[in-house]
Amino acid sequence: MMPVDQNILNLTSQISIRNLNFYYGKALALKNINLDIYKGKVTAFIGPSGCGKSTLLRTINRMYDLYPGQRAEGELLIEGTNILDKGVDTIALRAKVGMVFQKPTPFPMSIYENIAFGVRMHEKLSRSQMDDRIEWALTKAALWDEVKDKLNQQGTGLSGGQQQRLCIARGVAVKPSVLLLDEPTSALDPISTMRIEELIHELKSEFTIAIVTHNMQQAARVSDYTAYMYLGELVEFGKTDDVFIKPRDKRTEDYITGRMG
Amino acid sequence: MTEHTQHVIRVFDEELSRLRTNVLEMGGLVESQILAATNAYHTGEIDVVAEIVATDRTVNHYELVIDDECTHVIAKRQPAAFDLRLVMGIGKIVTDLERMGDEAKKIAKGARRIHERGQTALPRGAADVRHLASTTVTMLRQALDAFARLDTAAALEVIRADDEVDVAFKAIIRQLITFMMEDPRTISTAMDIIWIARAVERIGDHAKNVAEQVIYIAEGRDIRHPPKEKKE
Repeated sequence: MMPVDQNILNLTSQISIRNLNFYYGKALALKNINLDIYKGKVTAFIGPSGCGKSTLLRTINRMYDLYPGQRAEGELLIEGTNILDKGVDTIALRAKVGMVFQKPTPFPMSIYENIAFGVRMHEKLSRSQMDDRIEWALTKAALWDEVKDKLNQQGTGLSGGQQQRLCIARGVAVKPSVLLLDEPTSALDPISTMRIEELIHELKSEFTIAIVTHNMQQAARVSDYTAYMYLGELVEFGKTDDVFIKPRDKRTEDYITGRMG
Repeated sequence: MTEHTQHVIRVFDEELSRLRTNVLEMGGLVESQILAATNAYHTGEIDVVAEIVATDRTVNHYELVIDDECTHVIAKRQPAAFDLRLVMGIGKIVTDLERMGDEAKKIAKGARRIHERGQTALPRGAADVRHLASTTVTMLRQALDAFARLDTAAALEVIRADDEVDVAFKAIIRQLITFMMEDPRTISTAMDIIWIARAVERIGDHAKNVAEQVIYIAEGRDIRHPPKEKKE
């Protein structure tokens, strides 16, 4: 159990996670998680490998549905709907909750089509509307200037950092309210990493962002709130500044200072 | 204060422990400087003044070395939480220690002026700064102990003791003003004693600053500049 940080009481919760348990078969991977992800803020999830941070992220857009034997119990409320309920339209959910993975995953098609592909699944747009949407999404992802003259070239021909920004553009093109980033820069060089971090900063005015990262300094740099997870439990959640300067829990302290717990 | 376990990166432990040792060594030097300087004032054995001035150069050197080590730790290790507070706190503590060294030097030079002047119209035993000096040296020693053990209770005692120093300092000034009004021939020596008392009092302020940093390092609480007089 964690004490409530008084400073966060006046924020709007975009995602409310209540008593969430997650199972891989019989193995309990998330233990009674209670957490709010705030609207227009960046929330970072940190913790050692296997602590459940990626599992938690994948629960938010029900990625786990794609794998048999995985299930979640409890409540995960987005705009009042428990998205763990059986009747939830996962396609619509994933449009609302976009995800970007560790390795850039451009489709083997043109840059333009990479973005248009997802948009077409959810909306019927005229050619000019689609052009506008592509430009808008690429601009949001800080990629427009670099690719505007080669929209018909293959997305896979871009550099790693550009590919990742293309994936972010694809994510934002369907106008989600939440973006989930699962170690989005761990395969990128430092400059590309900084570009993504700058982008995260730009995007949070319009999107709620949850990011899983192994790089603690990155969590400190990009996030407003930080959640430290360990062995499937949420050990500590609070303002990033507090967590990195004055953590409440010794396990958090040991982890972020690089001590052997 | 819970004891901290080792870092995965062992050399980081060594770096932090060297920083702490250096601060304590520097503090020990400053303490000996202050003791020697106040002793020189009281006994008139002013041969040690040159030594005190020389020690101050070593103290200054410590400041440079420790500051440099702090910068390196930040650049190389990106410390967080306790480690970050430790490095930032040490950066401030060395500034206070260095200034205490300067104050010790002022006391030593004042003592030399007074004793070289020889004759004083002040009655013997007037303006005794011994009590003041021993209180501030104790404060410094306690502050350094508190730093070594990250003992916030001891640090709070240092902070409280500073009020006592301020009262004693004001009493000395009042006394000296009285002498100066009575007999203008006492003015030059009385002024020197005021400078000495002032330096001793400043050492108390710096010791208090060190204690405040110890609390910040240990608990993450910044108790400087409280809205009211209360520090608990």
